[in-house]
Amino acid sequence: MRTLFFVVLTGLFQSFAAWTQTPVTLKLPEGFEATQVAANWGRVRHIAVHPNGDLYMKLERLKQGNGIIRLRDTNGDGVYDDTLQFGNYPGTGIALGGGYLYASSNQAIYRYKLNAQQDPIDPNNPERIVQGLVDKGQHASKSITLDGKGHVYVNIGAPSNVCQVRDRFQGSPGMMPCTLLDSAGGIWQFRMDKIDQSYAEGVRYATGLRNVVGLDWNPFVQDLFVTVHGRDMLHQHYPELYDAKLGAELPAETFYRIPKGADGGWPYVYWDQFQKKKILSPEYGGDGKKEGAPGAMEPLMGFPGHLAPNALLFYQGNQFPAQYREGAFIAFHGSWNRSPEIQEGFYVVFVPMKGGKVTGDWEIFADGFTGKGKVSNPRDAQHRPCGLAMGPDGSIYVSDDARGMVWKIEYKRK
Amino acid sequence: MSRVGIQLTFLVWGLVLVAEISAQQEKNPVLLRGAALYQKHCAACHQADGKGVTRLIPPLVGTDYVSGDKSRLIRILLQGLNEPIVVQEEEYYSPMASFQYLSDIESADVLTYIRTRFGGGASPVSVKEVQQQRKKLPK
Repeated sequence: MRTLFFVVLTGLFQSFAAWTQTPVTLKLPEGFEATQVAANWGRVRHIAVHPNGDLYMKLERLKQGNGIIRLRDTNGDGVYDDTLQFGNYPGTGIALGGGYLYASSNQAIYRYKLNAQQDPIDPNNPERIVQGLVDKGQHASKSITLDGKGHVYVNIGAPSNVCQVRDRFQGSPGMMPCTLLDSAGGIWQFRMDKIDQSYAEGVRYATGLRNVVGLDWNPFVQDLFVTVHGRDMLHQHYPELYDAKLGAELPAETFYRIPKGADGGWPYVYWDQFQKKKILSPEYGGDGKKEGAPGAMEPLMGFPGHLAPNALLFYQGNQFPAQYREGAFIAFHGSWNRSPEIQEGFYVVFVPMKGGKVTGDWEIFADGFTGKGKVSNPRDAQHRPCGLAMGPDGSIYVSDDARGMVWKIEYKRK
Repeated sequence: MSRVGIQLTFLVWGLVLVAEISAQQEKNPVLLRGAALYQKHCAACHQADGKGVTRLIPPLVGTDYVSGDKSRLIRILLQGLNEPIVVQEEEYYSPMASFQYLSDIESADVLTYIRTRFGGGASPVSVKEVQQQRKKLPK
């Protein structure tokens, strides 16, 4: 009988929650306006906008068998009225360049040639340009970006928290050296036009990066930049070194400029945004104070722990006020590992930059995605920012992989 | 009665039920200890509300893994999980830590709490049941 009560109660609360759900109103700086341009596509991960205005979305869960959705406005009234669906694989990465559409599954990268009308010539038969990338479920999504010089960059997340002998087991030591780094925990570079490349034909462009989800080529300085998801479980596994509050704040989520050959230091160190130091991981003998990995990079910026920076976009447009040009937008998916603290993130931030250097503090640019202020479980967030793109008119687009929305954000005050 | 009226009646009834269950829990030392253990060892991943995290951590609420076979549940706690698991039609990959270091009493308390709170009040887990499963663990 108790079970029946419970089932009825759970069902009732869920229907009540759905019933009371209203569209969110995004909070933006003065002069900016957001319009919802796509809705209910499910797990919309990264997005790309063609110079002609077409919006491409990559889905992590297939919608009627399709993982790529293209929306087009055929009559110029500002509303998408045409939908093209293809790509029978789930994934995260999507990019446009050189007359092709590029998209990734969790193991491979495909490309689709576009014709003069900017339609994929053969949407059911893409060229597979990269295959056989590590996919063990954990940190498996592959983000991609192009440099305009013939290369595609892909993150290969480490299938591990901190390269312990037994992953996520309290007391298990870190592997020395961390052999996962041979095929994961970094950025790999491939040619954008060669068929069926594997690790052997690629270049390990950067290493020591646990799980990059946001990456973008910065055209102002011609270099790759990334945002990294830092490690979990400092408090849970080392309560004597990190109290619950510190475990929620550490380590920083990080933003790096990545020259070829760079090393982010994972799993041996993490970035402590308070001490502004690379601190040795406790699995490798650290005590919260000892430093390590002298050869590893320092980030451009450290954000509060566990916020999950899922997308990075350098602003190249002229629509927004001048201070935005060259700066970086970062979409934070929102945390799950800050308990018992309240979860954080679920917003898009702006980092002011010039010439590839950070020129000021980060600020929240777009907020209100959760639909209800603070949440203690990310499942309670109505929307979770995941992808970013810029349109031909300099507007930016934000995607949500909780309920499949896309918003267009414009600057309206001149 | 209108649909909203019926829903409100259900809601009030539900709230009374929740109040009644939590009043019982407040007095039950097993559940009190279980709640503290849950907060310390489980909530970081499975979340305070037991609903898990989309894509990453499976929910404890509304799954047969919690409300069903006790021996399987005990083995998962003691050994952890190192392979993908499908819960409510979604696959999860993050490994779960082993909690072999919890005592038999602690294991029974936390599992009883989890079954009571998230498993629709499924039957408690006894110390003896934990001991039986612990004996079967690979050495």
